[in-house]
Amino acid sequence: MAKNIITVDDSASVRQMVSFTLKGAGYEVMEACDGKDALAKLSAGSKADMVITDLNMPNMNGIELIKALRANPAYKFVPIVLLTTESQDSKKQEGKAAGATGWIVKPFKPDQLLSVIKKVLG
Amino acid sequence: MDVHAEAFKEEAYELLTELETSLLELEERPDDSEVVGRVFRAMHTIKGSGAMFGFDAVSEFTHEVETAFDRVREGMIKVTPELISMTLQARDKILELLNNGGDGKDADARRIVTEFQRICCCGETTENVDPVAEDFGAALHAGMERRRTYRIRFKPVPSFFANGSNPLPLLNELREMGESTVIAHLDAIPMLADYVPDECYTFWDIILTTDQDENAIRDVFIFVEDQCELTIDIIHVDGELEDNEEYKRLGEILVERGDISTEALNEIIGHQPRLGEKLVASKAVDQSMIDAALLEQQHIAKIREKDVQKVKAVTSIKVDSLRLDNMVDLVGELVTVQARLTQKAENNQDPDLLLIAEEVERLTTELRDNTMSIRMLPIGSTFSKFRRLVRDLSRDLGKQIEMTTEGAETELDKTVIDQLNDPLVHIIRNSIDHGIEAPDVRLANGKPKEGVIRLAAHHSGAFVLIEISDNGAGLDPEKLRNKAVSKGLIAPDADLSVDECFALILEAGFSTAEKVTDVSGRGVGMDVVRRSIENLRGEIGITSKLGVGTTITLKLPLTLAIIDGLLVQISDDFFVIPLSMVEECVELSREEALLAKTRSMMSFRGELFSYISLRDSFAIPGDPPAIERVVLASVKGEKIGFGVDQVVGQHQTVIKTLSNVYRDVVGISGATILGDGSVALVLDVNQLVVETTHNG
Repeated sequence: MAKNIITVDDSASVRQMVSFTLKGAGYEVMEACDGKDALAKLSAGSKADMVITDLNMPNMNGIELIKALRANPAYKFVPIVLLTTESQDSKKQEGKAAGATGWIVKPFKPDQLLSVIKKVLG
Repeated sequence: MDVHAEAFKEEAYELLTELETSLLELEERPDDSEVVGRVFRAMHTIKGSGAMFGFDAVSEFTHEVETAFDRVREGMIKVTPELISMTLQARDKILELLNNGGDGKDADARRIVTEFQRICCCGETTENVDPVAEDFGAALHAGMERRRTYRIRFKPVPSFFANGSNPLPLLNELREMGESTVIAHLDAIPMLADYVPDECYTFWDIILTTDQDENAIRDVFIFVEDQCELTIDIIHVDGELEDNEEYKRLGEILVERGDISTEALNEIIGHQPRLGEKLVASKAVDQSMIDAALLEQQHIAKIREKDVQKVKAVTSIKVDSLRLDNMVDLVGELVTVQARLTQKAENNQDPDLLLIAEEVERLTTELRDNTMSIRMLPIGSTFSKFRRLVRDLSRDLGKQIEMTTEGAETELDKTVIDQLNDPLVHIIRNSIDHGIEAPDVRLANGKPKEGVIRLAAHHSGAFVLIEISDNGAGLDPEKLRNKAVSKGLIAPDADLSVDECFALILEAGFSTAEKVTDVSGRGVGMDVVRRSIENLRGEIGITSKLGVGTTITLKLPLTLAIIDGLLVQISDDFFVIPLSMVEECVELSREEALLAKTRSMMSFRGELFSYISLRDSFAIPGDPPAIERVVLASVKGEKIGFGVDQVVGQHQTVIKTLSNVYRDVVGISGATILGDGSVALVLDVNQLVVETTHNG
């Protein structure tokens, strides 16, 4: 069965690009526009096998989302990848400490995205 | 020149003619993007196929022209009368290169190339790297790079899983980088009472042989570098190999890995039995450490063996295949003479002569096997030729297809390999064109958009099985049936099994393509494939599942020139049935034989088999003996009985081809000379069965 991935980003174009790439590689994709939206969608019953989240978003940012997800037993071991811009090395560490599995530096190419997914999701 | 090169030339001539027309059209309508596209595609095909079939000069030369038209297509440069006349000149040059050969570096060619480069540069400043050249460059580079063997110890921290990290994809990523041996160390897993399921207790040793560098390996672990201990050492570099030098001993490996200190090791080495057992007994290291170290030894041994083979390959010599063929012929003659000698010795009952005859027989058999093994080639070289075919075709058709191969080291007779090329090209083309769906169709059907074509070869007794499978649309038995009915190949009420429906695509005059495309359906049908495979005394099998994919299996004999056969006799005539097909021999009384003949069926051990009387098939006069022998042979997975007078015995059969006059005789694939100088005909069992069934 196809793996389900949720992409969380306030930029519709980034969501679209991620979603397009993933669908092309045979994954099922859900979209959410911020952390709150993602939590609401995930608690509404649809289960994600992996989360790709942006860092800076309104309402609830990426770090907060990761913390909230890791506190949920169902998402304790689910791979979560953080999208960051390259200068924020401290944010990477913060994300890691919050429980992120990996990160992707923006801007990125579809191939890079897929190789990261392969690395954490298998 | 081989057939492909000829086929390419044919195609190129067509394309060049078309190109000329298109160019003239373009002169009248310079803005017609469709014509520009046509010109580009023609150039593109000539270039791509040219490189594939050894017309490198043509390909290289055409590249420049293609680049120019790529720019035109992208609107970067304009179609000018100058461009058109240059292209026409280039076209004539390509024709000349095709006809006369040459390296495409003469003054005239150089002038045209420079002209085109100038035209391209005017249009745009940045230089686009040609993707093909880039691929080749990368491949070349990778080939030159020496492979290294690394020892990687990957020890995740206990809280490894807390970040959602998973070690398995990482290990798989390493596996994809090259040849690897992975050892998991499980000794740290505690008893159940102390076990915390969230924690990672396992760590891994990976021995990896790859052409990539240490950074590439570290990159695999990029997300987890602060969550694990990672040590990477180079333990072997290909080519750096001294003769008879043994790889590190167990103790050395353990010390190098830091699993035990030298002092502790030396202390233990003082006493005897095997080091491994002693180390475990003394609790200095865990059993899994020893296992890992031993596996490392094995891995290196394997890599070195290949290394040595490579060195050997360099020292091999090239021999003209004609000489080899001559040698096989001579060995064949020798086998025949040896058979005569043996027969003579037996007739004369001369013990001394018998002794010599036996000796000669032993030597001939060895000589035969050796000569045959010289003719054996790994099928890998044929497989790798198709990579380009798959790549180019799938691009042309806008499909995404990956080709995987298995068993490339499987060896087959050179003659078989040579004759296998065309059928394989055809089957692969079919898979790409009809089998694998377009990416959007695949996505809509819930499949990954990239299709896979798998070529696999392996041995099975005296045969080699070659499987060509795709994960495409599969065959629809109903559709095949209807088509066959509409083409008048089968009766509308014919009762066909699913397998028989699949086999319909092998019939002459059957083509499933709804429209003929450039790729397949050039009038060469699968029936030609079947005929070539049957000429090689092989079989072809098809399995398919609608929506899942199709597998075509070719079953081929290891060799063609000399086979083991079963010699049988009817009246005064001798026939040879290939021994690899024979299942068993049984006897029928005259009444049973008569019954079998009238029904074309025989019953044996409570089972029914089709029965063919060879006496009737070849209209041999005379009376059958009181007790008839039946040879049960397996034909396409079905047992069929062949009625003969006598089964003489096993016979080393040197197959001689029949002269042109007899070549088309149905049911006979060749002849062989017996010990007494008389001739026995070699039966083409497959053909015989087909023919007999058709005649009812």
